[in-house]
Order: sequence, then structure tokens, then C-alpha cells
Amino acid sequence: MIGPIPPLYAGTVTKYVFIESYKTTPADIAARAYEVSGGVMIKETCFGLQITGKEEEVDRVISHVREVDPAHIYVKDRGFPPGDPRRCRANLGGARPGYFGHEFEMGFIRRISIGLEKIDSPAEIPAPESEQKDKEGLSVKRLMELIEQEA
Amino acid sequence: MAEVFIYPATSLILSDLVARFGHKPLGTALSVRERIQTAGLDSPPLQMTPDDAKKGLRWAAVEVPSGVRGRMSLFGPLIDRAEAAIIVRNPEFAFGCMGCARTDELVEFLIRQKGVPTLELDYPGNEEEGIIFVRKVKEFLTRPGGLS
Repeated sequence: MIGPIPPLYAGTVTKYVFIESYKTTPADIAARAYEVSGGVMIKETCFGLQITGKEEEVDRVISHVREVDPAHIYVKDRGFPPGDPRRCRANLGGARPGYFGHEFEMGFIRRISIGLEKIDSPAEIPAPESEQKDKEGLSVKRLMELIEQEA
Repeated sequence: MAEVFIYPATSLILSDLVARFGHKPLGTALSVRERIQTAGLDSPPLQMTPDDAKKGLRWAAVEVPSGVRGRMSLFGPLIDRAEAAIIVRNPEFAFGCMGCARTDELVEFLIRQKGVPTLELDYPGNEEEGIIFVRKVKEFLTRPGGLS
């Protein structure tokens, strides 16, 4: 049972740093973050980092980390600080719930990375395929093609 | 720098893109952080309290279930602050109980009713759609005479 505790790390912000890259690992960005960590608290995780501290200091560390691999590093706010007894599995006696959204988005985040890499390329925006394809299901034309293939 | 409400409010992709293009993303984490860093009667401070269902009355009627009103006490203040919004249509991971579903509908309704500039998108299904997704977000956030 969690005993009475005051609000932890009041006045600070916590941010997640996610890395999804074939050439940079969470350990790489952790080393990079420690170079300029100053007064912030850095927690290393399997997906990247959690950085806690004053907002301007956290932003400074994140901008330094981003330079490593700008299109493959993603950052978002977190409400709870790392190790918070209400969330940390060390206090809860087992795996903690959550991360469903992150798990879902990390499944296709490489498409966003490609978008970021090509954002300044002069090529025209490709035709949006999603608007072309029939969202209601299999089109009659496509069905006829499949029947002919099978025949 | 404008404050941009993102929906789903926990989205990593939207939060990152909004911050990357120079604006402040308004997501659930901000509301949760405010609650757990504010000292109160509960120790430790809870992220949700029975009072939140009352605070939610500002955005939802009294006959609306308390689950919706409690959620609105998190999202409502963010919508009030929002100067723009980016919405992903029908995100799969936001699927949940009726409380979640009705809150989602109410959030989208309130954003439209507020009349702030809004960008609606679908999650990219392939690499080309990924390029389109990022470019649309960038255009929306950096257009001349748009968000300041």
C-alpha cells in the first residue's frame, strides 16, 4: 500500500523520448543526453529515455538528443514522473498497464520517419491513395479480377 | 507559438509533430501532470477525484454519465485553451467502452463548435500516406498567416 507522500517533482516536466531507428540505439541517445544533462533526471528505458526537470532544461537536452537522428526520435509529454509509486511496477507488484497507444503508433511510426526525411524534397506530394481506393470494401472491378485469376 | 489540441490526446506522433513545427501540443499528459503536482486532501494527489465528475459539468450535461464528465474534466480545459486542433479520424487504439466513445464524440463536437482551425487526418497506411500525413501537418502548422 502506498503511504502518504507529497506531490513529487512539483514544478517539473517529464518527457518521453522514443527512438525507432536502425542506426541509433537507446543507449546511444542516453550517452548523448548525459553529455548535457545538467540538472535533469534521465531514466533509460528499452524504447529510449524519460527526462525530468525544469521545462527549459528538458527542452535543451531534447534538442541536443534530436540532432543524432532527427527523423527517428520522437518526443511527447508524460504526466507522471519516472518511478512514481502510483505507476511504477516496482510498487504495484507486477507489470503495469498502459502503453497501448505507444505500442500501436510505434507499429507504423517508420512511415512518419519517411515523411520527415522527405519533407524538404522537392518532389510533389504523391496522390493520396487512401482517397482513391474504395473504403467500403472490395470493389466489383477488383472482385472480377480475382475471379478471373482463379479461373 | 500556438497551443494545438491533439486528438487522440495521448498520441505520440501528433504530440511530436506539433512540437517539432514550433507549437505547443495540448495532450492529456498536461492535465494529469497538473493534478498530480497539486497538493490536496488526497495523499498522494490522485489523478482523478470524485470532484472531477462535477467539474465536467461545464462541458457535459448532468444526465451524461459520470465517466464522460470525469474524462471531460481532463480534456475540457485543454479544448478551452486550444487555438487550433489536429484530429485523427477513428483511431483504432482509442476504441473503448461507451464512456470513451461518447467522450470522443463530445470532444470532436466541442472542437468543431469552437470554430478553431482544425486539421482532420487518417493514420498513414503506407509510406506514401506517411509523406502526405507529415506534409499536411507541416502545411497546417506553418502556413503563412495561419497559426502564430
